[in-house]
Amino acid sequence: MVTEREIWKILEEVKDPEVPVLSIIDLGILRKVELTPLPGRDEPQVKLFITPTYSGCPAMDVITMDIRLKLIEKGFRTVSIQQQLSPAWTTDWMSEEGKQKLKAYGIAPPNPKQQFCTTEMFQQEAVQCPRCNSYHTELISQFGSTACKSMYRCLDCKEAFDYFKCH
Amino acid sequence: MNPTLFTYTLHLADNALIVGQRNSEWTGHGPVLEQDIAITNISLDYLGQARNFYQYAATVYNNFNENEKKAVDKYIPRAWKEYNRELQEDDLAFLRDEHQFLNLLITELPKGDWSHTVLRQFFFSAFQFYQYQQLQKSSDAQLSAIAEKSIKEVAYHLRWSSEWVIRLGDGTAESKQRMKIALANTEMFTGEMFTPAPYEEINVASLKDDWNKKITDVFSEATLTPLKPDGVGGRPWFQTGGKEGKHTEYMGFLLAEMQYLQRTYPNATW
Repeated sequence: MVTEREIWKILEEVKDPEVPVLSIIDLGILRKVELTPLPGRDEPQVKLFITPTYSGCPAMDVITMDIRLKLIEKGFRTVSIQQQLSPAWTTDWMSEEGKQKLKAYGIAPPNPKQQFCTTEMFQQEAVQCPRCNSYHTELISQFGSTACKSMYRCLDCKEAFDYFKCH
Repeated sequence: MNPTLFTYTLHLADNALIVGQRNSEWTGHGPVLEQDIAITNISLDYLGQARNFYQYAATVYNNFNENEKKAVDKYIPRAWKEYNRELQEDDLAFLRDEHQFLNLLITELPKGDWSHTVLRQFFFSAFQFYQYQQLQKSSDAQLSAIAEKSIKEVAYHLRWSSEWVIRLGDGTAESKQRMKIALANTEMFTGEMFTPAPYEEINVASLKDDWNKKITDVFSEATLTPLKPDGVGGRPWFQTGGKEGKHTEYMGFLLAEMQYLQRTYPNATW
């Protein structure tokens, strides 16, 4: 009989379609796995709870489909995936490994949430350039190529880069 | 179940969908690339919020008994009744007529120039921020969860729009003049946010002090004349009606564009 831990392991292979270095485990999207034995069958019913990053994130539909396909590929045919909104997803759930992977990919990883998730205006956040490690950077725009990112530029190496903003 | 839960959820969904649809008109037309991306990202957040609310409204309706269904029948799209299937989010968004929408009038106003869009966003985001703060304490677990999720996005909208109000208000003579015109055109639609409708779970009138304080702080930074307090001469006559389905002349055109596809090709998907 398969264990919950093994399901978590399998789902490490499901990546965020917009940030393909991150798995749904790195992102903290997968919240819970429940297994129920099915009479007369070798494999159990798999019930998953996932949480969206942003309300309108178009990647969520793709991720749900990818999870289903991955589990079918591994022989789990009875899968139910439920969306869970509360507690609301936060970048604080991103794994340390995930943050390192993001940086290596050229995206600055999120700072801890309590520092900058406020309505205070014109805040300057210390964001490290993922290329040259300088903190001498400035905000170009709070909104970037996807809902979860903002745009920065490095004033030392002059490179523009994405910052996975705290949420 | 309580029929007003359905109506209230529709109101919250309609606010998000309609202002999101309006902002999406900037796609490809923003003043600079970064701000084009910003305003369309804000639209995307609204679309997500609207979907969460519409999905919930549809679930609530499908679980109603016959009497409860009858109580909210005036909001149910006629076209759907011939489909012989459960109510879905898209039916509520794309098949209802103008008088069945319960969004605030301020959300449907034309996008105007950048100053009109920015000021509407600021007024509405400040309201939505305090509204969702209260909604998080809702006795309804799903409404509370959607509010908890969405308020983080609204905090970004509020910050972004506050900064733009200051940038334009305290900018050039031209940008200040445009902010003044936007204010003259928009202020009369702010009163409706705080006029309670019978289906509203939270007391919106009680949000007004916080909202006023936020507006006063940002306007002072933006060197704009503060709004006139209640009871002082020269305040505009506040327009109302959206919460009961009575809309401005702009609403029909918005729906015609937004709903065209589903009405022409019923149940189309891609």
